[in-house]
Amino acid sequence: MAWTEKILRVNLTAGTCEAEPLNMEWAQKYLGQRGLATKYLVEEIDPKVDPLSPDNKLIFATGPLTGTCASTSARYSVITKGALTGAIACSNSGGYFGAELKMAGWDMVIFEGKAEKPVYLSIVDDVAELRSAEHLWGRSVWEVEPALKAESGDPQTRVSSIGVAGETGVLYACIVNDLHRAAGRSGVGTVMGSKNLKAITVRGTVGVAVKDPKAFLAATADAKAVLAENAVTGEGLPAFGTQILMNIINESGALPSKNFHDVQFEGAGKIGAEAMAEPRASDGKANLVTKQACFGCTIACGRISQIDKDHFTVVNKPEYWGASGGLEYEAAWALGAATQVDDLECLTYVNFLCNEQGYDPISFGATVGAAMEMFEEGVITTKETGGIELKFGSAEALTQIAELTGKNEGFGAEIGLGSKRLCEKYGRPELSMSVKGQEFPAYDPRGIQGMGLTYATSNRGACHLRSYTVASEILGIPEKTDPLETDGKAGLVKAFQDATAAVDSSGLCLFTTFAWSLDNFAPQIDAACEGEWTAERLAETGERIWNLERQFNLAAGFTGKDDNLPPRLLKEAAKTGPAEGKVSGLDVMLPEYYSLRGWTEDGVPSNQTLERLGV
Amino acid sequence: MQKSLNISPEKCTGCLQCELACSLEKEGSFNPAKSRIKVIEFGSMGRMVPYTCTQCADAWCVKACPVNAIVINHATGAKEVIEDICVGCKVCTIACPFGTINYSQATGKVVKCDLCGGDPECAKACPTQAITYVDADMTGYDRMRASAQIADAGAQA
Repeated sequence: MAWTEKILRVNLTAGTCEAEPLNMEWAQKYLGQRGLATKYLVEEIDPKVDPLSPDNKLIFATGPLTGTCASTSARYSVITKGALTGAIACSNSGGYFGAELKMAGWDMVIFEGKAEKPVYLSIVDDVAELRSAEHLWGRSVWEVEPALKAESGDPQTRVSSIGVAGETGVLYACIVNDLHRAAGRSGVGTVMGSKNLKAITVRGTVGVAVKDPKAFLAATADAKAVLAENAVTGEGLPAFGTQILMNIINESGALPSKNFHDVQFEGAGKIGAEAMAEPRASDGKANLVTKQACFGCTIACGRISQIDKDHFTVVNKPEYWGASGGLEYEAAWALGAATQVDDLECLTYVNFLCNEQGYDPISFGATVGAAMEMFEEGVITTKETGGIELKFGSAEALTQIAELTGKNEGFGAEIGLGSKRLCEKYGRPELSMSVKGQEFPAYDPRGIQGMGLTYATSNRGACHLRSYTVASEILGIPEKTDPLETDGKAGLVKAFQDATAAVDSSGLCLFTTFAWSLDNFAPQIDAACEGEWTAERLAETGERIWNLERQFNLAAGFTGKDDNLPPRLLKEAAKTGPAEGKVSGLDVMLPEYYSLRGWTEDGVPSNQTLERLGV
Repeated sequence: MQKSLNISPEKCTGCLQCELACSLEKEGSFNPAKSRIKVIEFGSMGRMVPYTCTQCADAWCVKACPVNAIVINHATGAKEVIEDICVGCKVCTIACPFGTINYSQATGKVVKCDLCGGDPECAKACPTQAITYVDADMTGYDRMRASAQIADAGAQA
């Protein structure tokens, strides 16, 4: 119940698809999705494996609550060793694909090996088969999805695929489902491409059952009411989407700009939620068309946007004139604030390109920011860029480089390396704003101190979705802490990391945590799943997952020295805003964090900690 | 008083809670594939449109059924399929101009919306009031009210 208790194992080398029972002992320890798939990966691959070799595996995993009537039950994750980072990767997506996979009767699909020629996996309930994708290779997500729906003969088929970026080795390629929902970070799409796996199609009519339907309906109804009554999940996110943050974070002095040279961006007002809703001077229409929910979601933060047909990016390109997935905050920051481009229509177009060819707008935008800094320093010239004037603030340059990166061509192939490799190549490694090879998202650790520790210790490289202390430090959820103080942040980060790992293993969306604590998750999970699921047990499960991921990274070759930030954030003080004069206090927070985690001074989990958690 | 499902596509977010509620009520599990209400997505237009049987007063399906397996529930106005009588001939699915009565391979019978006996689960599950259950004579009231407000604003200007 709740778990389908079935795994599909696909050996791409041998061309076989076989069902096997889910390890229920592990399900009780790791819940599902992120936690449970990580357990499988850790047990099945050598942590030192080259992420792009056939020996790496790629797991698509749902959670026990995926596909149920619990709010935000859309989620699935892709777990692998990340192409961008070489660390554990777990990228989470919404839309409709994950729920469809669960409806077909599968908790997970594990891909191993490498297909000789391009293939896609077709799943219709319990029937799974590999089919040739040679006719789809070289085509975008936006071409492949309708083609495969037509090929399946069932318009209700759901598709998850990679674009050309994933095929050609852009190191932060994503896996895109439902045209504009993505398992976005760490290069999970690059791993998929390396296996010659173009897409998965799924149609599910088996359905999902839960342990105690009556208790489950009551628990999910209570939880939905909490979301509806909360100011963030009931008002802010549905009305404005995550883009509501643009002005808030800018005013907090934590909106990194110009490759983290600045902590505020004067163009923020032109690229945030308010600007998206404002009718354009050019055609009188707003960029924002409507909001869209993922499967089961009663929040509906998703934005659907339409670009002005006369904007320079889309003139004579009718394929970009329709409505599609619009900007969310992280993408708008990376494509806009990080590069100082304040042209909303251009950012929307580039976001469309990211979805169309399947590459992560955060890593892309942040890498372009680093390249722009090197261009302005003269380290990179028009000789390398192929004539592109890669200056901060240039919408034209951003557009050109995005078109090239999607196809991994020209200077786009260098941007496709990610900022760490790019900056190393040009002898300026300190300009890469990354941890463990993954670029920072949209919060400056000098203005929000908890995020510095969050980035430094994140198991998948710099990431906001591993412990979103912004909720506490800026929004006051669950209680307000001072964003400029380091005191207490070690404990805050640990608590957020553990809770998040549990939420990411449930099948539900992290955004519910603006309103829900683990006390709201527990009754829903407990009514759906065997075993006594309390908030305490969920927190412990999250801590177990965190330590399991940490152990994988240590075995892969990372050490405590990789829990670090670039010198710019540790030495160059914020120049403006509330954080003026501040640097990140990572050196103060990190030892306390290790101690709270029960890790050694070098950041290694002690035997006692591992035994306590049963890792 | 009979009531009707009143659908406002502009309020629909595409969350499919209606399909989840319908399938749980009718099939006993969360299974949108078995839902009698469907949200049709017109992605490039940015529109999500919930669609189900509108319970025609003079219903094609009722007239087409050769064994009189589809009957009118006079309390709700719903056209209900009597499973014991239905022979699965599918003539009703041909007759219905809207596609909202469908054959089920699992049971060998046809299935359609029956308004859950007058307490439709889809309307209760909808988080945005895109689906409501209102007086059958007044399905246009909300739109009239909105239009009246616009007209009045014009009159006052």
